[in-house]
Amino acid sequence: MILRYILRRLAFLPLTLLLVALATFVVLRLTGNPVDIFLDINRTPEQVEALTKRLHLDLPIPAQFLIFLRDLLHGDFGESLQFSGSAATVVWERAGATFQLAGTALGLAVVLGVTGGIVCAVWRDRAADAVISSIAVAGQSMPSFWLGMLLIEFFALQLHWLPTSGYGDLAHLVLPAITLATILLPNFVLITRTSLLELMGEQFVVTARSKGFSRGRALLTHILPNAVNPVLSFLGIQIGTLMAGSIITETIYAWPGVGRLLINSIFHRDVPVVEAAVFFIATTIALSNLAVDVLQMLIDPRIRRA
Amino acid sequence: MSPPLLSVRNLTVAFDTRRGTFDAVREVSFDVKPGKTLGVVGESGSGKSVTAMALMQLLPDSATVTSGSVHFAGRDLGSLDEREMQKVRGREIAMVFQDPLSSLNPILTVGHQIMEPLRLQMGLAKAAARARAEELLALVRIPSPAAIMRSYPHELSGGMRQRVMIAIALSCGPKLLIADEPTTALDVTTQAQILELLRDLQERLHMSVLLITHDLGVVAEFADEVLVMYAGRIVERSPVAALFDRPGHPYTEGLLHSMPPLEDEDPEVLPAIEGNVASPFELPAGCAFHPRCPYVFDACSKVAPVLAEMSAGHDAACLRIKC
Repeated sequence: MILRYILRRLAFLPLTLLLVALATFVVLRLTGNPVDIFLDINRTPEQVEALTKRLHLDLPIPAQFLIFLRDLLHGDFGESLQFSGSAATVVWERAGATFQLAGTALGLAVVLGVTGGIVCAVWRDRAADAVISSIAVAGQSMPSFWLGMLLIEFFALQLHWLPTSGYGDLAHLVLPAITLATILLPNFVLITRTSLLELMGEQFVVTARSKGFSRGRALLTHILPNAVNPVLSFLGIQIGTLMAGSIITETIYAWPGVGRLLINSIFHRDVPVVEAAVFFIATTIALSNLAVDVLQMLIDPRIRRA
Repeated sequence: MSPPLLSVRNLTVAFDTRRGTFDAVREVSFDVKPGKTLGVVGESGSGKSVTAMALMQLLPDSATVTSGSVHFAGRDLGSLDEREMQKVRGREIAMVFQDPLSSLNPILTVGHQIMEPLRLQMGLAKAAARARAEELLALVRIPSPAAIMRSYPHELSGGMRQRVMIAIALSCGPKLLIADEPTTALDVTTQAQILELLRDLQERLHMSVLLITHDLGVVAEFADEVLVMYAGRIVERSPVAALFDRPGHPYTEGLLHSMPPLEDEDPEVLPAIEGNVASPFELPAGCAFHPRCPYVFDACSKVAPVLAEMSAGHDAACLRIKC
């Protein structure tokens, strides 16, 4: 039954990816002719023709899309215009750095956010709750590029504790990971707090207490397990925010990931790389959500029936 | 006569809300005798469930017991700390609630939830707890207990879920079972089966039962004695037969008249008690019931009646009873 659910969810994945491919394709063609922008002012008609042919821009739009799809099935987005090598390789080479940054940030946000949310819910309306909740609300309204600049100014330029930007050892990871985590962290605090407070009023918690469970034991064995799914749902939604945030963060800190590559390639109208990068990010989001769905199904037996 | 198992004296519970404080339960006193059933009847908001939660010391944070004492099996429960109270809950006093679906944890198997008190309170190892849980499921007449152990609450019918709740409540052999509207969420045939099961188990296990209900039919079938509550106070206390024969309080009378008739009678309209339950924030002076009372006279709005004896063991709080 569990396997069947997973297979059914997997069956939807190609459809999701097809829509992603369509969106990527359409958006890029809406933003102007790449040939005009990529080639400089001294271009020759031969150069224009060669690039137009290479990007299949001489064909009707539906035919272009079919070619795009056909190549996509082979993992082929074409050759990068600004780097040597295929667009897919260029993107894939930077995926590791993005996963490292996004993974660390997500881990930080989940661990600290859930812990903070538990503290708030358990000591509701007390000092700890007031302080943490206020910081969380304030943090929600802090733009990440602003926070990033503040962190660089303080920890890198003033204190010289950490490098301002770049990639390498763990010290390089600290500031970008904190910046990216801060985008998600406040929401994790608040969503955990709300879910727990809601669950604390549930009748099955009274049942647990009437069996002789202490408040702490009821929290650990009945309330927290039921709070996992709401938090996971939220996490699924936030993967998009995480990827978008990593584009900004990678740019601020010159982190050599897919996000910075994407921004760069958009400036240079490197169409194949933009397509590959957008497709990579969208696929990551789709697969993460699939993972969230499967996890939720494993936790809550009521979902398996649907 | 043996001493009562549970003895409640002058229990008052106050709630602190945004609109101000009010007493949900006012100076309530009653006894539950060993092996007997005390029915507590009243509309929603009359303080029945709050009384039960106060006995368990599981009131919400907004509520406080402002006065009164609770003695159970010779001990003053008010003098126990939370840790000692945890050993009373589930082991000596157990509870069954109205809605068995929301009372069970949706993501844990039924078996897990029955085994919890066995492991925590009785200290049984996993295998022993599992065997005992299956026995309990058989005791509450659930067919193929082993299969039910592995199922989740949403996979069972309402009646089955309530049987599971009863099995959980009985797991540690409590002396007192508090059943808070145990049949209200169930359909009529299932109601009858659950009541019969409870009565049978009570006899076999020699438990006392505190049965909270708004349904006088349930009380008539199951209870030995009845308390009628209105606006947080006990307005009548009686052996079950006497209450139906000769209700002492106009409110009880109203409740009896508004019971659905037997099938051969067919009145056009079911009589109802006029008016609404008094707001706990603005209780009428004197007798809280007087604005709705068909027999109201001058003194009713000035003097608060106390429980007065009508016959042996039958008291009512109404000024019409001459003391």
